[in-house]
Amino acid sequence: MTTSISKPRVHHPGLPVNAIGLTRRDYEGSMSTLCAGCGHDSITAAIIRAFFELDIPPHRVGKLSGIGCSSKTPTYFLREAHGFNAVHGRMPSIGTGASAARGDLVYIGVSGDGDSLSIGLGQFCHAIRRNVQMLYILENNGVYGLTKGQFSASADIGSKPKRGAPNRQAPIDPVLLALSLGATFVARSFSGDREQLVPIIKAGLRHRGFAFIDVISPCVTFNDHEGSTKSYRFTREHMHEVVHADFVPPQREIAVQYAPGESTPVTLHDGSTVTLHKVATDFDPTDRDAAYSYIRAHQNAAEVTTGLLYLGPGAPEMHENENTVDTPLAELPFDQLCPGSAELDRLMDRYR
Amino acid sequence: MKVNDFAFRIATVNGTGSASANGLLMQAIFRMGVPVSGKNVFPSNIQGLPTWYEIRVNRDGYTARTPEFDLVVAMNSATYDRDVADLQPGGWLIYDSSWPMPKALERPDITTFGVPLARMCNEAFDGSRERILMKNIGYVGALAALIEIDLSILEQLLEEQFGTKKRALLESNYKALRLGYDYARSTFDCPLPIRLERMGEPDDFILIDGNTAAALGCVYAGATVGAWYPITPSTSLMDGFRAFCERFRKDPETGKNRFIIVQAEDELAAAGIVIGAGWAGARAFTPTSGPGISLMSEFIGLAYYAEIPAVFFDVQRTGPSTGMPTRTQQGDLLLCAFASHGDTKHVLLFPADPNEAFHFAVRAFDLAEHFQTPVFVLTDLDIGMNDWMVPRLEWDDAYRPDRGKVLTAEELEQIRVFHRYLDVDGDFIAARTFPGVHPSGAYFTRGSGHNKWGGYTEDADEYTEVVDRLANKIRSAANAVPQPVVRRNDGATIGIISIGGCDGAIIEAVDWLAARGIPMDYMRIRGFPFPASVNAFIAEHEIMFVVEQNRDAQLRSLLCLETGVAVERLRSVRRYGGLPMSRKYVVDGVLEQLDDERAPALLDENHGARMEVPA
Repeated sequence: MTTSISKPRVHHPGLPVNAIGLTRRDYEGSMSTLCAGCGHDSITAAIIRAFFELDIPPHRVGKLSGIGCSSKTPTYFLREAHGFNAVHGRMPSIGTGASAARGDLVYIGVSGDGDSLSIGLGQFCHAIRRNVQMLYILENNGVYGLTKGQFSASADIGSKPKRGAPNRQAPIDPVLLALSLGATFVARSFSGDREQLVPIIKAGLRHRGFAFIDVISPCVTFNDHEGSTKSYRFTREHMHEVVHADFVPPQREIAVQYAPGESTPVTLHDGSTVTLHKVATDFDPTDRDAAYSYIRAHQNAAEVTTGLLYLGPGAPEMHENENTVDTPLAELPFDQLCPGSAELDRLMDRYR
Repeated sequence: MKVNDFAFRIATVNGTGSASANGLLMQAIFRMGVPVSGKNVFPSNIQGLPTWYEIRVNRDGYTARTPEFDLVVAMNSATYDRDVADLQPGGWLIYDSSWPMPKALERPDITTFGVPLARMCNEAFDGSRERILMKNIGYVGALAALIEIDLSILEQLLEEQFGTKKRALLESNYKALRLGYDYARSTFDCPLPIRLERMGEPDDFILIDGNTAAALGCVYAGATVGAWYPITPSTSLMDGFRAFCERFRKDPETGKNRFIIVQAEDELAAAGIVIGAGWAGARAFTPTSGPGISLMSEFIGLAYYAEIPAVFFDVQRTGPSTGMPTRTQQGDLLLCAFASHGDTKHVLLFPADPNEAFHFAVRAFDLAEHFQTPVFVLTDLDIGMNDWMVPRLEWDDAYRPDRGKVLTAEELEQIRVFHRYLDVDGDFIAARTFPGVHPSGAYFTRGSGHNKWGGYTEDADEYTEVVDRLANKIRSAANAVPQPVVRRNDGATIGIISIGGCDGAIIEAVDWLAARGIPMDYMRIRGFPFPASVNAFIAEHEIMFVVEQNRDAQLRSLLCLETGVAVERLRSVRRYGGLPMSRKYVVDGVLEQLDDERAPALLDENHGARMEVPA
């Protein structure tokens, strides 16, 4: 008995193909085994669309995760990509190592609030500090699903479980944390808002360095009820979009939705452009301190700020910092790595 | 008269510059061609605590640590009591006589020499820093006169160290050397009955520590990713790797690095980085010590179960917990053999000295990739951080790394469906693929239950099939680890078994006992799982002594578990206080448990072995 269910690969002749001749189906994975209506599945769909629209060959992607409901999702997209379901809270170090060995691949890490903010808080922080080249998506539902509904570190004070006492501990806001740690791409979205999420994922995939997206993703089984601050209803009612990001890859034009109001075009490190729609006129996504204050102010008013919240000037990612060669280290030929017997002989004279 | 056969100890305060003076002594004796060893017994501290450096010379090549000192240089008043007490009867004590001799140094059966090092240096040098530093070179000079260290070699070494760039410092060192030397020559009856004599050029030997040698092994093996969290006594391994990479791993055109070193936030992350890199196809390693292995255990289980190569250097120190970070032990055998929860077993290598540390480092990468599993190189503080006189490291240019079964893009093109955990060849090893190479090579790596097709499973039979293959795979690695080294003695019926850095002490003990009519066969195990030859040795001997440096006889436990030998046949000899093994303790341990009427007399002799007062 195998508990993963593979999806039949049916190609409808009418399906649109992208620049490398693949349909969206080619970016799918196994059938989801999450609860029906789970926010995580919507995020998976958004990820699939983002990769498809960016024309990224699936096998040039490394998809990584930790442990938890969120961490199951890499099975559900990009079946032709190598996947790594690591141990709980340790995906960032696996990502660091994989990127160290093969820096030429696109890495996407999917984690949850338990995985990133409790057991893996240290690894999460240090991956940001190292500026590992990867997109890190935190599927945030404020609850431990697989162990049946305990609070996570992102649960708000006063948030009520299905049974038992309300949460009394202050939450960790991963967005504020990422901002304070110097992350150069910080965004937040909502699993039910694909229109906002897909462009942000695309921008994150093209960002040079560590890109972080916190996605509020209600747990239909344990946390979508009255009294939960991570429910569908609460989030929809309290969501406050500040910046709408539309992503235009340089490879080809795609239809762009322009919202009325002010726009701030920002050039990403790989030359592609992201156009930011300022929904709130007083918000500047390139000002870290302002972003921090803005999010805090809205948090105090019980509003969840979403959108591309901070996009910083390029900080050197890990390989730039370490001045590594352009060839992926895993592909360097042995004769470029082993100094040989003559060098060893010379070296030995120093130990006399 | 004891020519080229004595031991001495220098007691100083750490952080005062004595380390370089002691290194100078070692190197000078080495260049005289005399077999020598140095043991740095240092505190876990930056400055101000007692530290000792022990040098043993032995013309026959017995250079294991000895606890019996013929001469002590007592430069630290805080340890006078102990330093005097540890001196052999008839020995010599050298102290700084800038001040009156304290009562603590009085002992009727020794000769005490005062050298006014502080006073001479205060007169000869300006500045407190130079005055403190040069006292160390001063005692080197005094020793040069007393035990006849070749002064021209010492001067040559200083010249090499400071060259023309630091001329002033060189002159100061020359001057301090002469101060000590001339004072001793003119004041004492030089040389002493314990003294050195040149033994020819040590052309085929080097003086190197195990961490440096292991680091060089990583470079030669083609490792490109190093991840670590600093921990004593393994730190100098990564320092060495960086230094060698700066020399050998720069792209000649761009100056860019053909390596990456990530200093992680903790040992958990260091292990994760190594495993992530190994998964993606780079040779990756981490140097650590016992506390690091404890933290890495979670990831080690993942690498075992998901079959990802990773190389761990455990430079063992004294446990449990923080233990004594600057003392040596062999206390992580069982930890490493079975690291992580659930059923696991790992490949271990046990080098005995820096030369083997170099070669076993290379071997570790081959084994890790061939068997797609974590491999541990277990050294210890003594091997890792002390300088050892070993044969020059040599390299065979015909060497090519064993990458194991890795499918190329061309091979994947031919394969309809790739299954990561399918044992196609019947050797318990399934082929793997690297990310980014080919769409058909994709698979999902997981530490959760998986079947041979690579899919998630919660099925009893599918789960069992995979873990049974893993057990067989690790068992088959027993044929690939280095074979034990066996030294036979004519007429021996008793065996002695050990690993790693106990080697020198055991060889000396075995020779000592053989010369007194008790021949023993000695097997030094070099890898785990144990090769069949280990069982054969055990079968040949009714009684065996197992010598190791831990309290709980971990090697003996492992031998009982793996070979099924009755525990009564393995008599345990242990020493685990944090100092390297000595002949004396091996002989004691054997004789105390030997059913032989000669034992009591020999025990007496062992304790008095070095008591003869030199003529």
